[in-house]
Amino acid sequence: MDLTKYPTKADFYDELLTPQNRARQGLQPLASFLKKQTLKQMRERQHNAELAIQTMGITFTVYSEGENIDRQWPFDIIPRIIKQKEWQRIEEGLKQRLTALNLFITDIYNDEKIIRDKRVPRDLLKSSKDYRKECEGVKPLYNSWAHICGTDLVRGGDGEMYVLEDNLRVPSGVSYMLENRKISKQVLPELFERYNIQPMDDYPTQLFDTLSSISPRPADYPEVVVLTPGIYNSAYFEHSFLAQRMGAELVEGSDLVVGDDDCVYMKTVEGLSRVDVIYRRIDDTFLDPEVFNKNSVLGVPGLMRAWRKGNVALANAPGAGVADDKLVYTYVPEMIRYYLGEEPILPNVPSYICSEPTERQHVLQNIENLVVKPANESGGYGMYIGPRETKKRTAEMKRLIKANPRNYIAQPILNLSTVPTLCDSAIEPRHVDLRPFILQGNKSYVTAGGLTRVALVKGSLVVNSSQGGGSKDTWIVAENEPGGSR
Amino acid sequence: MLSRVAERMYWFGRYIERAENTARLIRVNTSLVMDLPDAKHIWAGTIDITGNLAEFEKRFSRVDERNVVKFLLEDESGSIRSSIKLARENARTTREIMPTEVWESVNELHFFIRDNIDKGLKREGRHTFLSEIIALCNQLTGMLAGSMSDDTAYQFLKLGRHLERADMTTRIVDVGCMNLVTLAEQQNEYDSILWMNVLRSLTAYQMYRQHVQDRVNGEDVVDFLLRNRQFPRAVSHCLEQVQKACNGLPRNEAPIRAIASVQRLMDSSDVIDLLNSARLHDFIDTLQLDLATIHQELGYCWFGHEAADRLTADGVIDAA
Repeated sequence: MDLTKYPTKADFYDELLTPQNRARQGLQPLASFLKKQTLKQMRERQHNAELAIQTMGITFTVYSEGENIDRQWPFDIIPRIIKQKEWQRIEEGLKQRLTALNLFITDIYNDEKIIRDKRVPRDLLKSSKDYRKECEGVKPLYNSWAHICGTDLVRGGDGEMYVLEDNLRVPSGVSYMLENRKISKQVLPELFERYNIQPMDDYPTQLFDTLSSISPRPADYPEVVVLTPGIYNSAYFEHSFLAQRMGAELVEGSDLVVGDDDCVYMKTVEGLSRVDVIYRRIDDTFLDPEVFNKNSVLGVPGLMRAWRKGNVALANAPGAGVADDKLVYTYVPEMIRYYLGEEPILPNVPSYICSEPTERQHVLQNIENLVVKPANESGGYGMYIGPRETKKRTAEMKRLIKANPRNYIAQPILNLSTVPTLCDSAIEPRHVDLRPFILQGNKSYVTAGGLTRVALVKGSLVVNSSQGGGSKDTWIVAENEPGGSR
Repeated sequence: MLSRVAERMYWFGRYIERAENTARLIRVNTSLVMDLPDAKHIWAGTIDITGNLAEFEKRFSRVDERNVVKFLLEDESGSIRSSIKLARENARTTREIMPTEVWESVNELHFFIRDNIDKGLKREGRHTFLSEIIALCNQLTGMLAGSMSDDTAYQFLKLGRHLERADMTTRIVDVGCMNLVTLAEQQNEYDSILWMNVLRSLTAYQMYRQHVQDRVNGEDVVDFLLRNRQFPRAVSHCLEQVQKACNGLPRNEAPIRAIASVQRLMDSSDVIDLLNSARLHDFIDTLQLDLATIHQELGYCWFGHEAADRLTADGVIDAA
């Protein structure tokens, strides 16, 4: 296929090609592979990938017109490649970040040192809707609250990786990352010979080890379960995938009870059986109807009591979401300096805090050139993208910011980097982000790469699969010569 | 194994069997209507037998062939379509327990019914449509027997299948009883036709012939379908299968006791005498209640039903 007409732009970074349409150093094998392929051959590989996805039953659920629909997982076969040397630095940056975030959560639910030292304003936290009074005084094992974190990274026009947001509640997508690799091995086997690609299949094992390490009963085989809201949840595929791969039971709230001894049990045909660690994939507020949402049928009455007494470990811990508030996000570089005495390895995207009067003024004046995000939403919901909005929506957004400034932050529009993507008649650039997954229990672990999400619509910056986004396999490649030892 | 997963396997077994037997029930009545004089009575009795009369009356004002068949094919409760829909939901949530082909087959069945249900409403296409459903259900049962390990999950599936089958056989025998009563004033010439239809609907004719040499008659048919230990759709045989499945499960004392009590009832009853003194219908009612008791015991023992009730009652659970 012809890459000479590939429309690279000076202010956007393309992950494969330079503005002169030459392959970036170390990435030549992919570029020359693409050049040798015809459109027909590429489409056939793409078709085979889609068949594999259908056979393997890789789906995600969207809720539309009052019905739940299982959709095929959208996947583009051309991989996104990151060199190992760069990745090592990102990996260190991600570990550093999560370590600081976990120290921060322990601090704010206990000694509040960072607040007393006036590095972070008090009302910032107490006004967060994810701050949980019920967590005050709790110190989980290894000070780890967010055991599983999905951090979204974007590469700007300058080629630098920025942290867009941290997902510390119930981040999803890791199963798709693993399945994407399985598929690209099937449809691009030649390239696996030409690159030294870091494997990522050990994630379920690492996840199981992380979860085992926080068990309140140090036994060889702690009982680990995955708690799902059930079949109608959009991530049910992933819940069942991870449970199966870890060899853990997939449970629903009604399968669990808290006994008189404040321990958690699951109902089995043999009777009640003690549970040590719950990898919960339901939100805080549904966890325990005795404490939070009284009408929740997804949760387990008494679960918070059992957790506070240290009889069961919850991953992620309740209250961890306080640190993925978009406003708290703006203080993460400060936390790294405060708790670790280090400079942040990965920069934040520059952000304007609407609750600060001068910054708010700037946001209101320049709103048409900014992205405005609600502080407590995820999945791209409620996001305002200045240049694309109607006048009506702009006026509405301004009103919302003035009414509740705490609820919003604004960021400049990022020139998200692009990756060559197979489109109808040619290979075209499409914008991507990257979600690596970080584990933290008795030790830290970062996936080799992550889930690359791609906006399949030309020019679009929205990568969420619920809103027309697709995905790509992500390769971390070592830079020794092709054919070198592995 | 989680109680919830066990219960879903149990219901999966029940619903597949219910769909198959509902198809058999419609088939026997469609065939009887063509042989016997009082058609209206037959369709009224059919609804009565399923125990869904109240539901039927909510939707239909007139008892006739079209309405009854429509109700049994596609109503929200207890129809073939709803049984398969529920079987599919149970399979969907236990996909990791069963072979993938089973899930694909349930899907196929679901879509077949969705796309062809109109054929079942009219007499000319009904036989083919119902036979296809029965064949697809049999295919599923065979696939499970051939590819699923005889493990805990499978015991629960077998429990559901055989309990449902026993129940449905009693209902189909009841079809015979009921039509017999009205025929009593007329000649007995219809007797043999009636029981032949009952046997055929359960695919029991050849096996009955192997077992009984005499001409087809009510006494032998009733005894065969209720008390035979070898015929797969006979109630006693089904009870034995239920008991065998229970034997392979932990903490099984209470369900085993409930099953033994029904078996004793079967052994000690003279069904021929009951038939001849027109008391068989009442006996079948008792039998159905006893089967419901077994169902309840399974729920208490393995599905955590009792535990759940106690939990909502006073907020604590017995940690035994």
